[in-house]
Amino acid sequence: MDGLDSLRSTWLEKIAGAADEATLEEFRVAAVGKKGEISLKMRELGKMSPEERQVAGPALNALKNEVNAALAAKKAALGDAALDERLRAEWLDVTLPSRPRRQGTIHPVSQVTEEVTAIFADMGFTVAEGPQVETDFYNFDALNIPGHHPARAEMDTFYMHRKEGDNRPPHVLRTHTSPVQIRHMEAHGAPCRVIAPGRVYRADYDQTHTPMFHQVEGMAIDTDISMANLKWVLEEFFTAFFGTKVRTRFRASHFPFTEPSAEVDIQCSFEGGTVKVGEGDGWLEVLGSGMMHPKVLQAGGIDPDVYQGFAFGMGIDRIAMLKYGVPDLRAMFESDLRWLKHYGFGALEAPAVHSGV
Amino acid sequence: MKFTLSWLKDHLDTTASVDEIAETLTDLGLEVEEVEDRAARLKDFTLAKVITAEQHPDADRLRVCQVDTDEGVKQIVCGAPNARDGITVVLAKPGTYVPGIDTTIGVGKIRGVESFGMMASERELELSDEHSGIIELPSGEVGQSFVDWLADHDPAKVDPVIEIAITPNRQDALGVRGIARDLAARGIGTLKPEKAVDVKGGFPCPIGVTIDADTLDVAPHFAGRVIRGVKNGPSPQWLQDRLRAIGLRPISALVDVTNFFTFDQNRPLHVFDAGKVTGDLRVHRAKGGETLLALDDKTYTFAPGQTVISDANGVESIAGVMGGAKTGCTEETVDVFLESAWWDPIHTAYTGRDLKINSDARYRFERGVDPEYTLPGLDAATQMILDLCGGEASEVVEAGAPITTARSYPLNTTRVQSLVGMSIPKDQQVAHLTALGFSATGTGDVLEVWVPSWRGDVQGEADLVEEVARLASLTRLEPQPMRRTQAGVPAPVLTPIQKRERAARRMMAALGYNECVTYSFIDAAAAALFDGGDDATRLENPISSEMSHMRPSLLPGLLQAAARNQARGMMDLALFEVGAAFHGGEPGEQGLQASGVLIGHSGPRDPFGGRRAVDVFDVKADAEAVLQAIGAPAKVQVLRGAESWWHPGRHGKVCLGPQKVLGVFGELHPKVLAAMDIKGPAMAFTIYPAEVPMPRSTGASRGAVTIPDLQAVERDFAFVVDAGVEAAVLVNAAVGADKALIEDVRVFDEFIGGALGEGRKSIALTVRMQPTDKTLTEEEIEAVGAKVVAKVEAAAGGTLRG
Repeated sequence: MDGLDSLRSTWLEKIAGAADEATLEEFRVAAVGKKGEISLKMRELGKMSPEERQVAGPALNALKNEVNAALAAKKAALGDAALDERLRAEWLDVTLPSRPRRQGTIHPVSQVTEEVTAIFADMGFTVAEGPQVETDFYNFDALNIPGHHPARAEMDTFYMHRKEGDNRPPHVLRTHTSPVQIRHMEAHGAPCRVIAPGRVYRADYDQTHTPMFHQVEGMAIDTDISMANLKWVLEEFFTAFFGTKVRTRFRASHFPFTEPSAEVDIQCSFEGGTVKVGEGDGWLEVLGSGMMHPKVLQAGGIDPDVYQGFAFGMGIDRIAMLKYGVPDLRAMFESDLRWLKHYGFGALEAPAVHSGV
Repeated sequence: MKFTLSWLKDHLDTTASVDEIAETLTDLGLEVEEVEDRAARLKDFTLAKVITAEQHPDADRLRVCQVDTDEGVKQIVCGAPNARDGITVVLAKPGTYVPGIDTTIGVGKIRGVESFGMMASERELELSDEHSGIIELPSGEVGQSFVDWLADHDPAKVDPVIEIAITPNRQDALGVRGIARDLAARGIGTLKPEKAVDVKGGFPCPIGVTIDADTLDVAPHFAGRVIRGVKNGPSPQWLQDRLRAIGLRPISALVDVTNFFTFDQNRPLHVFDAGKVTGDLRVHRAKGGETLLALDDKTYTFAPGQTVISDANGVESIAGVMGGAKTGCTEETVDVFLESAWWDPIHTAYTGRDLKINSDARYRFERGVDPEYTLPGLDAATQMILDLCGGEASEVVEAGAPITTARSYPLNTTRVQSLVGMSIPKDQQVAHLTALGFSATGTGDVLEVWVPSWRGDVQGEADLVEEVARLASLTRLEPQPMRRTQAGVPAPVLTPIQKRERAARRMMAALGYNECVTYSFIDAAAAALFDGGDDATRLENPISSEMSHMRPSLLPGLLQAAARNQARGMMDLALFEVGAAFHGGEPGEQGLQASGVLIGHSGPRDPFGGRRAVDVFDVKADAEAVLQAIGAPAKVQVLRGAESWWHPGRHGKVCLGPQKVLGVFGELHPKVLAAMDIKGPAMAFTIYPAEVPMPRSTGASRGAVTIPDLQAVERDFAFVVDAGVEAAVLVNAAVGADKALIEDVRVFDEFIGGALGEGRKSIALTVRMQPTDKTLTEEEIEAVGAKVVAKVEAAAGGTLRG
């Protein structure tokens, strides 16, 4: 059939030149619609002789397919162009600030308390608590610090007011977490392993002292616990806590509630005005400890001829300052928002032994 | 406790260095706080010789000296009257720091004449108080180091001073001799034998002494003697040097002798001017009300029972604490009564504490003084007075007798090693104890150990263990693993409340709050705003009026923190604290709270217009989130009528029934905020974690979940009600319309006033119906809807809005 070539070139040219989808649709109807030019040509096939039809049929079909493909391709291209145009218009300045969201923090004292708890829990220590207002008995007498003992005067104790006519010795704000030793022994007996973190109070305020601070008490009682075990436990603790091998040095000392008693130093260097734990050949005193005095075991209802144990008390704020480089103890309790954000920890940073503390 | 190296060497024969001694002392439990190397601050001073000294042209009192130094002849202007030709002087060159005047010498002009240094006096070098002229040395070469010269000619001046901290048990280490004994026991030299002194009295003591029968229990032994014809005056230089080195001011020979024995032997003594004592001395308990002007120039009034020493005129001295001014020794004292006594530690401690006197004598008597050294100490001090001041000693007068201290305790040498965790053979334990003056007898594992009279602190086997351990050296202790209490994975250790405390804390941080740790005590006014501030929670001795009462709630501390931050320009605040609040002054009258405070805006200004003031529904959401985190049930009631610090119309108590309050949220009362200097409104909440009921089941299983296949249907209803009707009334009524079918009812709109008229409001609810067995037909939905309308109208008195 003649004219197919010009038909092809005419329609393909028109389709290629269509400016929008509406025009393209017009062209589709005009070319391959029911009454389109190519459709009409195909109807003419019926009037042809079989010989003619054999030649013209395939040629017309091929033309129809070609035009349909061109229509589809053009339609996709027009759609893409329209989407591109829309997206171009939807440009946003993504350097604008994000929608504000408050960032909460955990105080370093809480964080370190959880760190200490995680490490000691792994060594089988449970967590005990006790009242912050204590009786004279639990804070002093039961810990082998009788009324006249010079240690009482040295502790700068806060006393609670006593009503007229109430002749009991005044209650105190506990000067250390050690009374929890007694309360725990009374309640649970031996053997035991326990730590007791919490607030303690002493009437002192200067560059390095605040009238309230935090301690963690530790106590382990069994038939064969020794001071060498204490040294191991503390070295394991400090190594886990500081994330580097830390050696300790025990120095003989005296506390009324332990005997023998030792002050414990951790290895550190002081170069360049900063303290680095676990290196160098300097020593920094971090805690007091010892083997529990038989009178203290007795006060807790435990037979000192059968059981023996160690106890220690360590400043939580102090080791927090050491680990996280906090320069001033007093700022810990001032709640300056900038300080809280700088030294605070994220809500999801819960310490655990397996993830590191 | 301070002492000098040469003082220590009076008692200890040793070649050990200062460093070695210091390290050993610390290891023994006598912690060295400071070693003052007094040579260090003098190291830049050199010797020089004055060649000529001529009158200053413009100043009568100044001389212009030409001085021969190791750097040639220098011109130095000097104001000292003794600056003259030919004397050997101590020179501070320009650039040298002079400790006594806290100045670094420079080149200067003095009244128009140039001066290239300074010639120093003893006071300027802190060697003594002498300042009448510059130092003139009897020997020495130009250019020689002054420190070297002192070491050769006056070693006491460059004697290192060692300061140690004394734990309350170590009475013996309050004397240099006791410290020497410890070092010798460790093998740092040998303890020199005590000099035996036996002074024979030449005449009967003219002053008698007695102890009242009712006082013997606290004053068992009192001895003394008169030394007559003494010449009191400044003590010799060596004694003054020693006392000055340890921070004491030399007073006079008689007083300095008593101070010397206080520190040398832990043997406090007292000297009365015998000429001012009338009649005999009587040790007795005060009746009460007597007064005494003491040596510190303060007047003390005695309480009944306190032990004093009186003569015929009345009280003259406070036993074991401080002497009286009237009978004190002066330069004019000719006859002196020297007292050596033993006072009961506890009684002395109470007397000193009640009178608020801190003296070296009290400090020692309350820690313990060797009762067996009362008479030897008296003799030794008498001898020193005779040596320094001359005179003649009387016989000793004595009342009472030394208390008996002889006692022994068993020491199980195997248990020692079990406690310390170190191998210390039995014979080594015996050697340690013997070196410290104990004596040990017995053959098997258990020794019988006798305690020396100077170790009143050793009261049982545990004290002996400590002695052995510290001599054996805890520095040598090797860590030994402590076996686990159970094999395998450690069991969880936290109690339910401890877990809640953590969950509350981490949830509040997750909600954007910053955790604070505020003081547990606050001022009375702030406490009173929160129902506290009464006498039960008052501190008897607060450190300041800002910290006088235990906090009744965490909110006042948080509000104070917020006010401080506002004052520093931080206006949008979300602060929280988790901790104890105190409702009484007895142990245990404290409860765990978790409180948050929200102030200012939701955030900084932003380009999206999302910034708004925080409101009650922010803290309601946060309170609910915290309660959910600690396991509170989802179904709670919100009631009103919480404490007075809440805005009366803008708060809610989250309750399980009217008595069980799990927490409170709301806006704080404007009066409270004004009193606490908070700018603008403040939202807050407080959760009581212990009030949340413990779960009944301890198992981990949650049971099967039912997830219906059928689609839920939602229908909206709006009701017009009186403005005072609470939305919860409508919601509860709607839920009750068909408990099986209605899964949820939510308020999605509230509109007050306007076209509805004054005092009316519209509340819009979405009711969600969840069929379980078949899809709902339109008729069934309509029927439920009608029941909802009926129920709500009946409960809330409202009408369906058309």
